[in-house]
Amino acid sequence: MRNDKAWLAVLPVVIVVAFTAIVPLMTVVNYSVQDIFDVDTRIFVGLDWYRETLRDPRFIDALLRQVLFSGLVLAIEVPLGIWIARAVPREGPATAAFLIVLAIPLLIPWNVVGTIWQIFARPDIGLLGAAVTAIGLSYNYTGSALDAWITLLLMDVWHWTSLVALLAFAGLASIPRACYQAAELDGANAWQVFRYVELPRLRAVLTIAVMLRLMDSLMIYTEPFVLTGGGPGNSTTFLSQYLTTMAVGQFDLGPAAAFSVLYFLLILLLCWLFYTSVMKGGADDR
Amino acid sequence: MAWMAWTWPTAAFFASIVLALTAMTLAEMRWPTAERQGWLPLSTTRGDRFFISLLGSAFIHVLWLAATDLPVAGAGLLSLGYAAVVMTRG
Amino acid sequence: MTADARKAHWTLYLYCGWLLLPLYWLLTMAVKRNQDITGTLEVIPARPTLDNFVEIFTNPVWYEAFANSLTYVVVNTLVSVAVALPAAYAFSRYRFLGDRHLFFWLLTNRMAPPAVFLLPFFQLYSAIGLFDTPFAVALAHCLFTVPLAVWILEGFMSAVPRELDEMSRIDGHSRAWFFFRIFIPVIRSGIGVTVFFCFMFSWVELLIARTLTASDAKPIVVVMTRTVSAAGLDWGVLAAAGVLTILPGIAVVWFVRRHLVKGFAMGRV
Repeated sequence: MRNDKAWLAVLPVVIVVAFTAIVPLMTVVNYSVQDIFDVDTRIFVGLDWYRETLRDPRFIDALLRQVLFSGLVLAIEVPLGIWIARAVPREGPATAAFLIVLAIPLLIPWNVVGTIWQIFARPDIGLLGAAVTAIGLSYNYTGSALDAWITLLLMDVWHWTSLVALLAFAGLASIPRACYQAAELDGANAWQVFRYVELPRLRAVLTIAVMLRLMDSLMIYTEPFVLTGGGPGNSTTFLSQYLTTMAVGQFDLGPAAAFSVLYFLLILLLCWLFYTSVMKGGADDR
Repeated sequence: MAWMAWTWPTAAFFASIVLALTAMTLAEMRWPTAERQGWLPLSTTRGDRFFISLLGSAFIHVLWLAATDLPVAGAGLLSLGYAAVVMTRG
Repeated sequence: MTADARKAHWTLYLYCGWLLLPLYWLLTMAVKRNQDITGTLEVIPARPTLDNFVEIFTNPVWYEAFANSLTYVVVNTLVSVAVALPAAYAFSRYRFLGDRHLFFWLLTNRMAPPAVFLLPFFQLYSAIGLFDTPFAVALAHCLFTVPLAVWILEGFMSAVPRELDEMSRIDGHSRAWFFFRIFIPVIRSGIGVTVFFCFMFSWVELLIARTLTASDAKPIVVVMTRTVSAAGLDWGVLAAAGVLTILPGIAVVWFVRRHLVKGFAMGRV
C-alpha cells in the first residue's frame, strides 16, 4: 500500500540514527581533510591523508590480514555450518536440545569469549593448551604468530559456526518432505540430494548467513583484543584494531579519520552488493 | 558545533549532497520512476542509479589516490563521466 | 536422508561436546583458588570454593560495574524497541518514498564497524556533556541496536497477515487502539526476540563502552579487560565475572526460548 504518511512512523528512528551515525560520519569526513592540533589550530590538507593511508604499508598489511582472516572464517564456517545443520535430526525430542546447545556460544559476551579462550588455550593453565603441549607439540599463542592465528580461527569457528548452522537448519526444515521423496524415487544418492534438492532451497538463507558472517568478521575487534591484543608483533592486528590504536591510542585525528572513511566505504560497497542480491533473491522478503 | 571542525570544502560537499537528495526527492514526487534494466546487471530505479553513481565515484577517487600523484581533478572528471553514463544508460 | 531424519550423527555429539568444553573450563576456573589454577592442571576442581563470587559481590569496583552495564543496556533496549516499533510497522505495511533506500541505510549502520564512529563519538558526547555517563553509551549503542530492532521486528510483522489490520479497520477501531491492543500482543514473541538481541548486542559491546566512559560509569566488560592487563593474575575472579556476565543472557533467553529459534530462522541477527 502506498502511503507517504508512513514517514511519520519512521521519523523517530531516522532522528536517533542520524544523531548517532550521520553527525559522527560528517565529523569524520571533516577531520579527514585537516591536520588537527586542537579545535582552533587546524590546517586544511585536502586529500593528503587519504593518499598517505592508501600507501601506508601497515594499513595495507592490516587490510590483507583482514581479507585473509575473513576469507578463512567463511571458508571454514559456511561448509561446517551446513554440515552440522544436516546432521541435526529434523524432528523429535533431541532437536530442541541440539539447537539450544548450538545457540549457547552466540549468547556469550564477546569479551568473555576472548577470556574463555584465553584460559582455555594458555599452555600453563588451559585445558587445550596443556593437552596440545602434552602430546608433544610446541604451542604458544602469545609467542608464535601461527599459533595465534590458529587459536583465533578456532575461537571464531567455535563462536560463530552455530549461527550458520542455525540459519541453515531453519532453511532445511522448510523444505517439503515431498521433495525428498521425489529424489528418492529418482534414485538420487546423498550428494545428489544435497546438490539438487537442498542447496538451491538454501540459497536465500545462506546468502544472509554469508553476509552476516562476512560483515561481523570484518569488524572483529573484541575477541582478538582480549585474546592476543593484536600480537605477537602485529600478526593479528586487523582493521578495527589498527584504527582504534590510531584514533584513541595515538590520537592521530586526521589519518584515523581518513582510515575510517575508507573502511566505511568498503563496508558500504559489500553491504550494498549483498543487500541487492538478497532482495533480488527474495522478492517476498519486502 | 566547533568540535565538528567544519571546513568550507566539506561543508560544500555535504551541502551539494543534501541538495542532490532534495532534488531527487522532488523529482520522484513529480515524475515517479519505474525500474528499468540498462547495462548494469540489475534493474534499477533512479534512486538506485544515483547511489551507484555516488559509491562508484567514491571508489574512482580512492583508486586514483592510491595509484597516482596526478591532481585529483582527474578523478573528479572521470567520476562525472561515470555518473552520467550510469544515470542515463544504467 | 529421510530414513535417518530422526537420528543424530555421532559426530554431532562430538561437535556439541567441543562447544561445551571451553565453557566447562570457565566454570571450573570460577570455583578454583588462584594457587590451584596456576599450580596444577585439575580437570575436576579438588577444592571448589565460592570465594571468587564473594569477591565480586563485595567489591564495589565489580558490582558497580555490573550496575553501570545494566543501566545503559536497559535504557538502550527501551529506546531501541520504542522507536523501532512504529518504524518496523511502516516498513512492513506501507510503500513510501525512499523506503528501500532508508532500509538499506539502516542496515549499513548494523554492518558498519563501531571503530569507524569511535573518533567523533568521544568529541560528540563530550560536547553535549554526557561523557562518562551510562546515557552516552546507551545512545551510542543505538547506532546498531535500532537498525537491528527494526530489521527483526519488520520480519515478524511481515509474517502477520494484513487481513488483521483490515478487519480491525472495518470494526471501526482507531489505528492506535489496533496497534496497542491487537497488533502488539500478536507480535509479542517478535518483541521478545528483539529485546533479547538489543540487550545482547549492547551488553557485549566493548569498544564504544570503553571509549565513552572514564571512571564513574565504567561497565563490566571494561573492568574485566582491565583486570587482565593490570593484575594479570586474578584468573579465578576473572572467570567468575565471566560466568556472571553470561547469566543475564541465559536469563533473557529463557524467557524467549520458544521464539528464539524462530528469530534465527528469519536470518535477522
